[in-house]
Amino acid sequence: MTASGELSIGGNSDIVLVRQRVRAAAVEVGLSLVDQTKIVTAASELARNALVYAGGGRVRIEIVRNGVKMGLRLAFDDDGPGIPDVDQALTDGWTTGNGLGLGLSGSRRLVDDFDLRSAPGEGTRVTVTKWAR
Amino acid sequence: MGVTLIVRPDAGRRRIEELVRQHEDRVLKRWLEITAAASAGRPDQGDTAARLTEIYQALRQSFAGDGDTSDLHGLLAELSRSRARQGFSPSETASAVFALKEALYEVVEDDGTPEALRGFVWFSKTVDDLGLFTFETYVTARERIIIDQAEQLLELSTPVVKLWEGIVAVPLIGTLDSARTQVVMEKLLQALVDTGSEHAVIDITGVPSVDTQVAQHLLKTVMAARLMGAECVISGIRPQIAHTIVTLGIEFGDIVTKASLSDALAHALRRSGVELAGNRRTRVTVRTEEE
Repeated sequence: MTASGELSIGGNSDIVLVRQRVRAAAVEVGLSLVDQTKIVTAASELARNALVYAGGGRVRIEIVRNGVKMGLRLAFDDDGPGIPDVDQALTDGWTTGNGLGLGLSGSRRLVDDFDLRSAPGEGTRVTVTKWAR
Repeated sequence: MGVTLIVRPDAGRRRIEELVRQHEDRVLKRWLEITAAASAGRPDQGDTAARLTEIYQALRQSFAGDGDTSDLHGLLAELSRSRARQGFSPSETASAVFALKEALYEVVEDDGTPEALRGFVWFSKTVDDLGLFTFETYVTARERIIIDQAEQLLELSTPVVKLWEGIVAVPLIGTLDSARTQVVMEKLLQALVDTGSEHAVIDITGVPSVDTQVAQHLLKTVMAARLMGAECVISGIRPQIAHTIVTLGIEFGDIVTKASLSDALAHALRRSGVELAGNRRTRVTVRTEEE
């Protein structure tokens, strides 16, 4: 698959690149225009989180299958300070930065599967999947 | 039966310096031949030849003198720039410099002394550094151009247009990052003052995705315009963007949003007391009603 691969996130221009690559992969998987926009937006949020709160990270873009269904899986990894209270971080409007506090919680609503693993000092791994309908 | 050769460290270097001086004509001629062969069919061979000759002399002087290489580096930077303009790749330019090793090696081979062979290793390193320097110059020049263009793009890509008396519009295209939003906000606020407008339309038809950061930037811009007494309408919200914004949970509050720029213009016209009249099937005519 041409659109799969790993990208590093080290600056704002990388977030643009992540969006472009995710959009290309979403088209390849056959997501609808609305779902394409949703996964691209979620990717933008999660990539920015990795950049802002962990100083950078990586994303793995993968095309996955579940029976006949095709899906797009994105795994964001960083070696940042980690999230002490995951439930609180997933609350609408809660932020330690100066954003709207909707990036993480909103991303969860934008995708079909959402998995967040984090512990203080051990970085954060967010895996999201969007299935084609 | 092995023969042990003992060479003092700087003896090799001195021998090379001698060879570079004594065989100047031969080495230079060979160097120019090799580079000319590599760039056959390109224009301006004379220009490169003249520059290489100057570089050779500067190199010889840096050997003879106190090792001052600022002249040499200046000439190399010029070579790199001039060749870049002629369409040579940075590798080709670096290769042209590296070719000096091949040219000198023939002299070293004829000389055959252990000092010369030993010194050639040192010379090779020196030439590598020079070649890499031309590469660096090229990359630095290229980065300069990219930075300049990014700045120009920032200026170009955010026009504020006057749609009607008292109505200005900002058609946004591409990615909205903090730097661009800053420019957009400044330009919009200035345009509001300059044109005395009370209505502004921010059109995001050309923005591919609206995430929380973009939304926050938009909200701030609208707030700033409001502080100046202007009413903002955000237009160009496509179905997929509307869907995403709702799912993300972003609230635009009491900010007026419209699907298309024409809807936004109609709204702004109505609000500023202009009435639209006419037969929809043929053409929309617009007239101002004086109060």
